[in-house]
Amino acid sequence: MAEPVLAVDNLATHFFTRDGVVKSVDGVSFTVAPGEVLGLVGESGSGKSVTGFSIMGLIDPPGRIVSGSIRLKGEELVGRTEAEMRAVRGRSLAMIFQDPMMTLNPVLRIDTQMMEAVHAHEKVSEKAARDRAVQALAQVGIPSPEERLSAYPHQFSGGMRQRVAIAIALIHRPALIIADEPTTALDVTIQSQILAEVQKLCAESGTALVWITHDLAVVAGLADRVAVMYAGRIVEQGLVDDVLDRPLHPYTHGLIGSVPGDSMPGKRLMQIPGSTPSLGRLPPGCAFEPRCSRAVETCRAGAPPLAQGSHGRAYRCINPVPAEEAA
Amino acid sequence: MAAQELLRIEGISKRFVKPVDLAGRIANMMGASNREAVVHAVDGVDLSVAEGEVVALVGESGCGKSTLGRVIAGIHEPTEGRVFWRGQDIAMMDSAHRQAFTLGAQMIFQDPMSSLNPRIRAGEIVGEAPRVHGLVDAAGQAEYVATLFRQVGLDPDYRRRFPHQFSGGQRARIGIARALAVKPKLLVCDESVAALDVSIQAQVLNLFMDLREALGLAYVFISHDLGVVRHISDRIFIMYLGRVIESGRTDEIFREPAHPYTRALLDNVPRLDARKRSFSTVKGEIPSPLNPPPGCHFHPRCPLAGPRCAVEAPRRTVLSEGRIVACHLADGGVAAAA
Repeated sequence: MAEPVLAVDNLATHFFTRDGVVKSVDGVSFTVAPGEVLGLVGESGSGKSVTGFSIMGLIDPPGRIVSGSIRLKGEELVGRTEAEMRAVRGRSLAMIFQDPMMTLNPVLRIDTQMMEAVHAHEKVSEKAARDRAVQALAQVGIPSPEERLSAYPHQFSGGMRQRVAIAIALIHRPALIIADEPTTALDVTIQSQILAEVQKLCAESGTALVWITHDLAVVAGLADRVAVMYAGRIVEQGLVDDVLDRPLHPYTHGLIGSVPGDSMPGKRLMQIPGSTPSLGRLPPGCAFEPRCSRAVETCRAGAPPLAQGSHGRAYRCINPVPAEEAA
Repeated sequence: MAAQELLRIEGISKRFVKPVDLAGRIANMMGASNREAVVHAVDGVDLSVAEGEVVALVGESGCGKSTLGRVIAGIHEPTEGRVFWRGQDIAMMDSAHRQAFTLGAQMIFQDPMSSLNPRIRAGEIVGEAPRVHGLVDAAGQAEYVATLFRQVGLDPDYRRRFPHQFSGGQRARIGIARALAVKPKLLVCDESVAALDVSIQAQVLNLFMDLREALGLAYVFISHDLGVVRHISDRIFIMYLGRVIESGRTDEIFREPAHPYTRALLDNVPRLDARKRSFSTVKGEIPSPLNPPPGCHFHPRCPLAGPRCAVEAPRRTVLSEGRIVACHLADGGVAAAA
């Protein structure tokens, strides 16, 4: 197996608030190989976005990374100074956000913003920077990129803005892109266009991708591997086919059953009772135990250990879903 | 159809006009030609809902599904066309019958945070309307609200709480309880589950189905999510830029979509069983409803478009009982411009 682009090991990011410590990410480990797409799935508050921000070094007080390591192409990122992180960010590591208006400055033209991104890491002429920007826009499928370059963000539609954000992320051909729900706000046909572009770009350039989403169906279509997060921990991970066809963790199983459309129309959906727990007041044992239909006495005793399977399959459950129920 | 018709709309259009502003008027005096901009949000839609039926309005942003939903719920007056409630034209109704319609068709909005008053306690949000409309007296209000809370799966003890003290799923339930409080026959749900997490979305969808069974409610379910729509609806209306381009029974449309846009939508839906797929794409973007393309609105993006599509708006063609498509392909072909 190739050397992983990204290796996250036992990462813990906690927020120290007045109401106590919020363990948003608590012992998360995963790796991403070159050209691989990892789907990081979870519901609101599961810590999937904080994991992404931790990798980017974008955790602000009261939060901080309390332990663990994040290695990008073998180099440790945890503990770097802000100046050192700036050299990495945008160059070998890039992020795409859910709302492109968050990434784009509304009062600057697209060319100013894109050329600034080029100049941030490379000393090249204005002309060369401009060419790079045109190239990047063409790459993400923006028609007549040269003309569009002198437009302002508000002159673009939502889908086009997201393409510009992706183009900026791609400018330095990073080794890893972290995409935080970039298509959630888009229409189905536009989402499909963006997913097609992203798929093509990753295959061509060998860029690894961490795709953060709540939508299991998007992960099914896009990702090679999937990691399911719940209350700050990865409760199950493995190849997409393995996890979706044969979920072992009851949470994954419930999540798959909750997706409408594939189960019988008109029937009640399999539902997970209750709602996601507050991260400040987690139960002592398995965080999913209060909502779990398979919970047993020992679930309350302590956090379940990580069980390993083949092909990088791992899960945290002492009473996994048996094969006959998972199908 | 055996069930009795509850609501029917005929030839509904809704136009929004943006008048020329002051700067534009001054410019006009100097010789510019600014004109008022007209958005055809909904353009000639016919639709009916039977008692206890779930009808879905599907489409992407700007297709007019929310505007149509608001017309159905009586929030917007249509610019053209007529709305019938139990066979009676609501424009001709006296106020007593009109009230039966306004209470009978209730709306549930997408974002509970912006549709619930943050300064009013949950119990009052739910209990206000039935008291005002005389469905319950002040003495019986508390018990009535408690019943509604239990019906939507909320603890009646939460009546004294404010909206911000609830989770997203619970707020959605308050919105549902508020709509149910006036004993409606039809609920118009505008993307009511779109903002919820998958596991919470499943709970709320199950609640909708339980309520349908228990109270015989009909729904107009507005959504962009075809998975949700397939699960919950009996019939689907697919909209594109203000027009209904295809309608019919849910299972038939999913089995055999007739309009190229419907086909594209179905192909583009991410599905759990479609792994590592290549995403087929429809070219281009949704045009601005301010300036829709001539002829068939979909023709600039349509892979099967011909010369006729650019000049002539397609007629509604009946394919089979209750199955209608507006496409030249089903009506003599795309080649010959008439």
